[in-house]
Amino acid sequence: MAQTILKVENLYKSYGKTEVIKGVSFEVKKGEAKVIIGPSGTGKSTLLRCINQLDQIDKGQIWLEDIEITKSHIDINQIRASIGFVFQSFNLFTHLTVLDNVRIGPMRVREMKEEEATKISIEELKRVGLGDKIHNYPAQLSGGQQQRVSIARALAMNPKLILFDEPTSALDPELIGEVLEVMINLAKEGTTMIVVTHEMDFARSVANDIIFMDGGFILEEGLPEQIFNNPKYKRTAKFLSKIT
Amino acid sequence: MNFFEFAWSISPKLLQGSLISLELTALAISIGLILGIPLSLGRVYGNKIIYTVTTIYIEAFRGTPLLTQLFILYFGLPSIGIMFPPFTAALIGLGLNSAAYQAEYFRGAIQAVKDGQMVAARSIGMSKIKAIRYIILPQMFRLVIPSWSNELVLLLKASSIVYMIQVSELVSVGRQIASRNFRTFEVFLVIAFIYFVIVEVLNRILHSVERKIKIPGL
Repeated sequence: MAQTILKVENLYKSYGKTEVIKGVSFEVKKGEAKVIIGPSGTGKSTLLRCINQLDQIDKGQIWLEDIEITKSHIDINQIRASIGFVFQSFNLFTHLTVLDNVRIGPMRVREMKEEEATKISIEELKRVGLGDKIHNYPAQLSGGQQQRVSIARALAMNPKLILFDEPTSALDPELIGEVLEVMINLAKEGTTMIVVTHEMDFARSVANDIIFMDGGFILEEGLPEQIFNNPKYKRTAKFLSKIT
Repeated sequence: MNFFEFAWSISPKLLQGSLISLELTALAISIGLILGIPLSLGRVYGNKIIYTVTTIYIEAFRGTPLLTQLFILYFGLPSIGIMFPPFTAALIGLGLNSAAYQAEYFRGAIQAVKDGQMVAARSIGMSKIKAIRYIILPQMFRLVIPSWSNELVLLLKASSIVYMIQVSELVSVGRQIASRNFRTFEVFLVIAFIYFVIVEVLNRILHSVERKIKIPGL
């Protein structure tokens, strides 16, 4: 049995009076690619933001390996450094070159020497196919390229887990493929990841496990074949028939 | 003496006066910069207490005339035993006043940096302070240059008001000259021209700085 990287237990989150997440529990094993699907506004992105506490949770516990990261005395910066996050809108640092975007984490958070951070960053940029763009600025790149830089930025921190928040939703259709390809390779190499996406082909072919969220709950969780071919609930079947 | 001969004859004194004006402006804008950055950070990121204190400071200095502030410093404070020489009083007054205005320009520029920048910085494990230092402030400085240039030019021109507290800057030197030969019109035409030239030069310098640090592709 593979080691558990992340464990979420009975998580609740509200914005004002609106309850967005209503008691969610699940686990992610080392090397697993977990895909979260479901209608818009069911708390998928909020769930990701709660995991590394970019959003404060109201109730529940989260463990990263054997550390309970929801305890108040935990240094959350140190935890976030080991959880990668890839945003829908990339959020690259606009004033920094591609190389500086990637190495600023290793240098300023991990306090690595410049040469070492540069070496790692260039390796990760080559891995996402952007070895020739390291001196460009984000605004000089296409959306697909920017998203690949942001994946390299996450990888350079050598994270235990990477969270992808609809990484292809802001991209032109012809640029989606290059980002998915990078993610497929990461999954093959055994990167532990949680992906919120509407790309059902990606979910079907890459996910080890699929979570279907609806209305702030996990309605069902299972292998891709089971969810896509034999869903337990009508709600799941209805969602899948609409989107595929 | 025709106008040009007259202008030439008074120019050494006027240039001395302009040097005082420039010195005062340069020092005051620096004080304003050094105080204005923490003031703006207090307004954007501060807790309730810091926010309130910085807001009161900024509103107090922006809500009252500069001349009143200078008079309080130079003529008012001696009555409670605090005395400054004219230049020092002028420098403190202009510096504290400019800090309030600069803080507001900085705040606007900080708020113009997209929210996602801070979120992304926190997501790779940066503390709030590191995120401000490495991500927010470098972008803020680029965004603030146009309005900051405005403040610099306004401050240079506003510095002429300190002749009221006996500082021998450009306008004050001009008044002395005019009181001796009554060629007021010509003296102040020359002074206006000197201000104009300085402002033009400053504007050009800041323009080229703006172009130099512009983010490629943006």
